[in-house]
Amino acid sequence: MIDVLAEIKGPAIDWAGLSPLGAPMIGGLVVLVAGLAPGRAVQRHLMPLLTLVALAAGIGAVAWQWQTGDAGTLVAGALTNDTLALGIATLVFVAGIATVFLSWRDRLIDSAGGGEYYSLLLFSIAGMVMLAGAENLITLFLGLELLSIPLYVLCAARVREERSLEAGLKYLVIGSVGSATLLYGLAFVYGATGSTDFGTIATAVSKEIGVGDPLLLVGIAFIVTGFAFKASVAPFHQWTPDVYQGAPTPVTAFMAVATKAAAFAIFLRFFFEPLGSAQANWAPALAALATITILVGNFGALGQRSVKRLLAWSGVAQAGYLLAGVVVGTELGLQATVFYLAVYLVMNITAFAVVIARERVDERGDDIDALEGLGRSTPWLAWPMTIAMLALAGFPATAGFIGKFYLIDAAVQGDYAWLGVVIVVGSIISLAYYLRVIATMWLGSVNVELPSATPRRAARVAGWSPEADARAQPEVAFIAILAAAATVFLGIYPNPLFDAAREVGSSLAHLF
Amino acid sequence: LTIHLSIVVFLPLAAGLVGAFLPGRLARWVVLAGSLAVLAYWIAMLVDFPSGGEGLHYVTNDKWIDELGISYALGVDGLNLFLIGLTAVLSVAAVLAACFREWDRPRLFYFHLALAQTAVLGAFMAQDLALFVVFFDLMLVPFYFLIGAWGEYRRVYATTKVVIYTLAGSLLMLAGAIALGVLSGTESGQGVSFLFSDLVQRTLPEGTQSWIFWLFALAFLVKMPAFPFHGWMPDGYRAAPIPVLILFSGVLSKVGAYGFLRIVLPTMPDASVHFQEVMIVIAVVSILYGSILAFTQDNARLVVGYSSIAQLGFITLGIFALDDKGAQGAVMQMVTHGIVVAPLFLIIYLLAQRAQGSELLSDMGGMAVRAPVLAALFLIVTLATLAMPGSANFVGELFVLFGAFDQKFAYGVVASLGVVLAAVYMIRMYQRTMHNPPGPKVESREMGVRDALVLVPLVAVVIGLGVYPQLVLDRTEKATTGQLDPVQEVAQR
Repeated sequence: MIDVLAEIKGPAIDWAGLSPLGAPMIGGLVVLVAGLAPGRAVQRHLMPLLTLVALAAGIGAVAWQWQTGDAGTLVAGALTNDTLALGIATLVFVAGIATVFLSWRDRLIDSAGGGEYYSLLLFSIAGMVMLAGAENLITLFLGLELLSIPLYVLCAARVREERSLEAGLKYLVIGSVGSATLLYGLAFVYGATGSTDFGTIATAVSKEIGVGDPLLLVGIAFIVTGFAFKASVAPFHQWTPDVYQGAPTPVTAFMAVATKAAAFAIFLRFFFEPLGSAQANWAPALAALATITILVGNFGALGQRSVKRLLAWSGVAQAGYLLAGVVVGTELGLQATVFYLAVYLVMNITAFAVVIARERVDERGDDIDALEGLGRSTPWLAWPMTIAMLALAGFPATAGFIGKFYLIDAAVQGDYAWLGVVIVVGSIISLAYYLRVIATMWLGSVNVELPSATPRRAARVAGWSPEADARAQPEVAFIAILAAAATVFLGIYPNPLFDAAREVGSSLAHLF
Repeated sequence: LTIHLSIVVFLPLAAGLVGAFLPGRLARWVVLAGSLAVLAYWIAMLVDFPSGGEGLHYVTNDKWIDELGISYALGVDGLNLFLIGLTAVLSVAAVLAACFREWDRPRLFYFHLALAQTAVLGAFMAQDLALFVVFFDLMLVPFYFLIGAWGEYRRVYATTKVVIYTLAGSLLMLAGAIALGVLSGTESGQGVSFLFSDLVQRTLPEGTQSWIFWLFALAFLVKMPAFPFHGWMPDGYRAAPIPVLILFSGVLSKVGAYGFLRIVLPTMPDASVHFQEVMIVIAVVSILYGSILAFTQDNARLVVGYSSIAQLGFITLGIFALDDKGAQGAVMQMVTHGIVVAPLFLIIYLLAQRAQGSELLSDMGGMAVRAPVLAALFLIVTLATLAMPGSANFVGELFVLFGAFDQKFAYGVVASLGVVLAAVYMIRMYQRTMHNPPGPKVESREMGVRDALVLVPLVAVVIGLGVYPQLVLDRTEKATTGQLDPVQEVAQR
């Protein structure tokens, strides 16, 4: 018996290559155990610090792997650490760091417990990193579940609030349906191609069975549905507004940017790698999905009062824009999508940070009225929000403009010029709600042309109190301002991000 | 003489930023200094600019976003020289007019005013299509705030309407611009470029041109505005504060017309010839519609607003006559319309002050009695607006009509009606305000020194251009007719 075991050789594991995944995993375990220590200070300050260390280590590991540059297969080809995986991992880590700052002194830590909250966050991040590097149907599913299950819990982290619980439950039910559908689809694909490995599937699709195989087609359709649930692509987006609104806002911010990045990473990899040869077959279907998503998202956002719901619908619309980069199936499309994911991250972090800052001091919470007169009372929050909204709408001198430009450019070059026009039409509709947010902040109640000297300082908005002001924590404003500055900087000097996007694009260059 | 156009473009913005960190009282003077510096720079440019000179001058051309083929390219030629000058002059007038009033949150106000100048100057100087689009869209941001936060009648509604209308146009243009750059790059096999000089060389097949043409045309027609796309104009004009309106009406509308000459005609000549008739119909309808509505308005601002639609109709007619004279007339008309519209709005503001804030013609009347100087200035501007012989506007309209008669006789005849109607509505406005029995609310008085400080130089420019229109014509001729070469080649085929 012992002899037989000795014969079995475990797969070669490249531990160095796994380090970007290891950092959040080990960090999560450490935080979970350390979180058992008693004391408020431990829960409130030590836990986020440890989390930051883990995330910083993750970024360090990414930088190290990026430098060494030997993109190879890890764990017997189940995972990869190519630049696409590393690039998405960077985005997820950055989103994680922002989330740590945004939840640092949030009330939700008191109810959820620092250890549990931050370790769940780290595990979810680990899931995203794994998903971004999946080279195999099994790791794909593992990654997806590892990112989803902690998120279900995080959504319900405000255990005493009905809304938060409702959001968690809703996300759990709908997410599970999505996962089940996906798993079903994976089984079909395995059945059709006889392999779980992306590379082998790719050969099977291009040579042996062809794309016309009904089993394969059904499988792909189910898989698309599963991805679409995660990326909130219409018509599988219905959970998005409710969950975004109900979840604690730092969690919403994290979900909005990080989940989207991971979901699009696998969208890109799955359609480019195993199904790349069949682009002509799946592109029209995805283009139709993109169109529906852009229209549904933008129209859905029009009547929203809650800024979180508004951002949820806008996130749906943005997912549609991002899909355009997948549709074309070119290296340029890949680069544009990754570029836009980075841009999307800074724009949304800015917006959510401002929502958090307002929600903590204003009893109206995330209602759009809570932003009224913000330009006068707290310009250091109003400016970032304005920049975020202008960027999301695609105004020039912000990163949003360059991102959209890149996506339309990719669409036109990939013979999908009409999809470029759809993106533009979507942006036109989106103006109506993005501008409403700006109008509420700046144009709310201004007295025009005062006859006498202007009062030096306007009265504070309702609900303001010294205690509330103390709760408007500086780290939140810092994140908002930093992300807004990044949005403007990347709008004027985007070249570093372009270089990164190009390197990410090179990861799948052998496919084009 | 080395002139760095980047400095000219970004000087106002820099002044606005500096002003934003200074006390409110200082902000205005800093921004004013910035505008004056731009004006001084432009005068230096004008002196330096060779009369009858060809080609681009003071060119800046750097790679901006290599990955997308976007360059940071600025340049001045005969076509945009005077539009830059118009911007410089009206900016000084607008900022000066604003300085004499108190504004809520002054630093923010002057910052947006400065940002608007930078965006407009950038749009006029850009020699790269993507850069043009950037500045073209950027223009809307300051005006959104300027109208929305400091506006008057239904300001938030108005500013939202203005921005959605115009940005809908410019986003469509964004798609068109990318398509133009990318498709022409692939077609020619030389890689993507958005430089005008490259785009002119690489024309697309006619089928592709025709849909891109409309993406651009919509953006520019909305911006001008032309007849079926002017829905935002009445609201926007009534809401905008006067100093903002000077820039808004005087300069922004010209960017649209300029876009046709700079971009549409040279890069899409086949489509321009193909759709010439449609565009001329739009132009002529705008002339008649604007003139008739100007005649029926009671609100003085809207009289000028609708007259602008008519004037911009003339400009469109001149451009799409696809004729050398017509285009020259159009450029002339762009400059002169901007330069008369500014004093008109300032005068309306002064008149409203004398009619207890009412801008309705029915509330005014008899104001000339106690204010002879104001009346005289108003008369000069009125006569210039209705294109009296001896005014530069006359030269512009004449050239436009020459072009129209040469190319499309019937439309030329109909358009000439517009000249007659202009006389009717302008004289009606002058009579209703300055003559007639005084209205019940009217308290006539002469204008003050501060008002004169803004108004008199503008009127002097109006007179100056009337006396010596060759200043403009000589320098614009070569560049303007050059823009038509591709179209005329197509038309001869």
